[in-house]
Amino acid sequence: MKKQDSNRFTRRNLIKYTGLLGVGSILGLKFLSCTSPSQPEGKKVKVMTPDGKLMEVNEAHLSMAHPHPASIEESRKGIPGRKFVMVVDLAKCKNARECIKACEHHHNLTPDRPFIKVLKIQDNPRSAPYWMPKKCFQCDNPPCVKVCPVGATFKRSDNIVLVDNERCIGCRFCMAACPYSARVFNWGKPKQSQEVLNLKYSPEASTPSKIGTVEKCDFCPDMIREKKLPHCITACPNGVLYFGDANEDTVTNGEETVRLSKLLREKAGYRYLEDLGTEPNVYYLPPVDRLFPFKDTEA
Amino acid sequence: MKKHNDQVIDKLLSSVGRHNPAFKIWIIALLVIISIGCFAYYRQLRLGLVVTSMRDYTSWGIYISNFVFFVAVSLIGSLVSSILKLAKVKWSYPLTRISEIIAVAAIICAAVIIIVDMGRPDRFFNVIIYGRIQSPIIWDVLVIMTYLVISVLLLYLPMLPDIALCRDRLKHVAKWKQNLYRILALNWQNKPGQLNRLKKTSTILEIMVIPVAFAIHTITSWLFATTWRPGWDSTNLGPYFVSGAFMLGAAVIIVAMFFIRKSFKLEDFITNDHFDKMGKILVLLSLVYLYFNINEYLGPAFKMVGVEGEHITELFSGDYAAMYWLVQVPGLMLPILLMVFKRGRKPFNIMIISFFILMGAWFKRFLIVIPSLQHPYLPIQDVDESYLHYYPSWEEWAITFASFAGVLLIISLLLKLFPIIPIQEYIHHQDKSEDQSNEI
Repeated sequence: MKKQDSNRFTRRNLIKYTGLLGVGSILGLKFLSCTSPSQPEGKKVKVMTPDGKLMEVNEAHLSMAHPHPASIEESRKGIPGRKFVMVVDLAKCKNARECIKACEHHHNLTPDRPFIKVLKIQDNPRSAPYWMPKKCFQCDNPPCVKVCPVGATFKRSDNIVLVDNERCIGCRFCMAACPYSARVFNWGKPKQSQEVLNLKYSPEASTPSKIGTVEKCDFCPDMIREKKLPHCITACPNGVLYFGDANEDTVTNGEETVRLSKLLREKAGYRYLEDLGTEPNVYYLPPVDRLFPFKDTEA
Repeated sequence: MKKHNDQVIDKLLSSVGRHNPAFKIWIIALLVIISIGCFAYYRQLRLGLVVTSMRDYTSWGIYISNFVFFVAVSLIGSLVSSILKLAKVKWSYPLTRISEIIAVAAIICAAVIIIVDMGRPDRFFNVIIYGRIQSPIIWDVLVIMTYLVISVLLLYLPMLPDIALCRDRLKHVAKWKQNLYRILALNWQNKPGQLNRLKKTSTILEIMVIPVAFAIHTITSWLFATTWRPGWDSTNLGPYFVSGAFMLGAAVIIVAMFFIRKSFKLEDFITNDHFDKMGKILVLLSLVYLYFNINEYLGPAFKMVGVEGEHITELFSGDYAAMYWLVQVPGLMLPILLMVFKRGRKPFNIMIISFFILMGAWFKRFLIVIPSLQHPYLPIQDVDESYLHYYPSWEEWAITFASFAGVLLIISLLLKLFPIIPIQEYIHHQDKSEDQSNEI
């Protein structure tokens, strides 16, 4: 619907990534432990094994392997010592929607159940409207977790709220309780390729989706475990989204890394609907000194 | 006097076993409606909740509002068989069994409808395996189970002497029925010890059911009140729901009285006076509900705060205005006005009025559940047009009608199997009043 180049970019990417993911997952599961020297040549990179040894590995091979998904028990605990946060700089967003596409692609979502939305917000009739990327706020006092009758949605030590879609009974109480409408439901059978369906389910990856269960933005802990940034962060062309660790007091948008406390202090960071007491972990920087004038791009 | 009693017993027992072609047609009609509902549910099981019109945002629909409706109907059991009885209201005893049967039927169908609403009914036992007592849903499950058990006991135990009568006197009925009465009568012999124990047990149950009945509807209101949604985020919601349920329950019993009296020819036992008195109770309960209604809407409508204001505007003059005013005026205010007059409490008139109250109460629950979900804090954007409205699909209607048919089926079968008017109690009251008149 929009610019041609972005369309071409997604389609090509989609084919490329789906293929890689598919091949990768099969290879990764089969040859997880063995090194196969027959792989095509690539740059050698140094990696450290879990027991502290340095070794050289073919880079091409590395990216082929699908990440080992965290088990459901592991997923409930969270990554020790971390407190993940996100900062959204409203001054930079022009509704490019690359975050939505990247998220959709990574989580095998269809456009009718997005984890991220970019909303047009106008605080009052006299102020200019702005674009507000909105995902799950990973609240410290999460209404969804409080109301869940079976503990299918849970809060982890690293701030992330996840959903276990193998326990969810589909009562949708969490959707009614979430004041930010962050959750989506699989009303019908989710459309997924056979490769995706073959993946081992992990709440950290939120794939494969299951009929009759609830889903939402998960801050991509599967990427974090690989020491990578969530897809929306890297996909954003304007550096709107910052991701980081409150314990380290740093956040990065993939280009610049800044002190979280300094950023929030200097740019008057705020949390959406603070007075509800949900203690979100997504901060917003007010849309002042904007990079782009507001243009109503019809979604 | 003994002879008179025998006549009464025979008359009251006569409905129990008698063949009746009209009754068979009625049951078949109900079964047809239920099987259409079952087919709709089969489609829902196969394809998912996508067959409904519910989507993200409007994530609860008429299943939930219908559930709230049935929970409300079930409160009638406690009103008639407990509150009126404990208050020593003598005229109400012919109604106790009818109301208890309605209560049991409604609570069973409420439990079924909540399972229908689940996205994964196959994981129902997760509620027991992983149940979190912190979740209001678990409170609701516990209180519904408790209420169901108490209601069944309140129906069954006081019926023991009558089941014994069926066992002893109905020799012409089918073999399986005779066996059923024999087993269910629990060797009841009208011995003084048995009578004494029954009286004690009944009193305990009658007292116990009151807090549970209040709890069941208050906790159902908390499913909504524990969220941040406009229209739900209210401290008024508990009493608002309970008062609405009592009003609905009284209306339901009046409609039931009318049709049961007509089809089982019980004019001697359910008299015009009963309609008049139930009508007076209904006026009182409606006034209480009106009071809570004003409470519920006046504050938010005066302040018009943010999304709460949007919600109120939608109800008062927006998309839901027609339904809202139909619920408030012909469903609540007009009935109060009409029932104040004696003519409004005549059997046929009050049955029609009660039917309006009943319909109003059903749509009222629709208005409580659905519009609130369509006014979240963050604007609904970027979604398919169908997400902005909610018109239930044919599957949802079919299942809803099937749930109504289910309630009517349970009521009809129980009415056919057991004496409708508590015989023992009737004779007891009759003897007592005769004794009194003799003394005078």
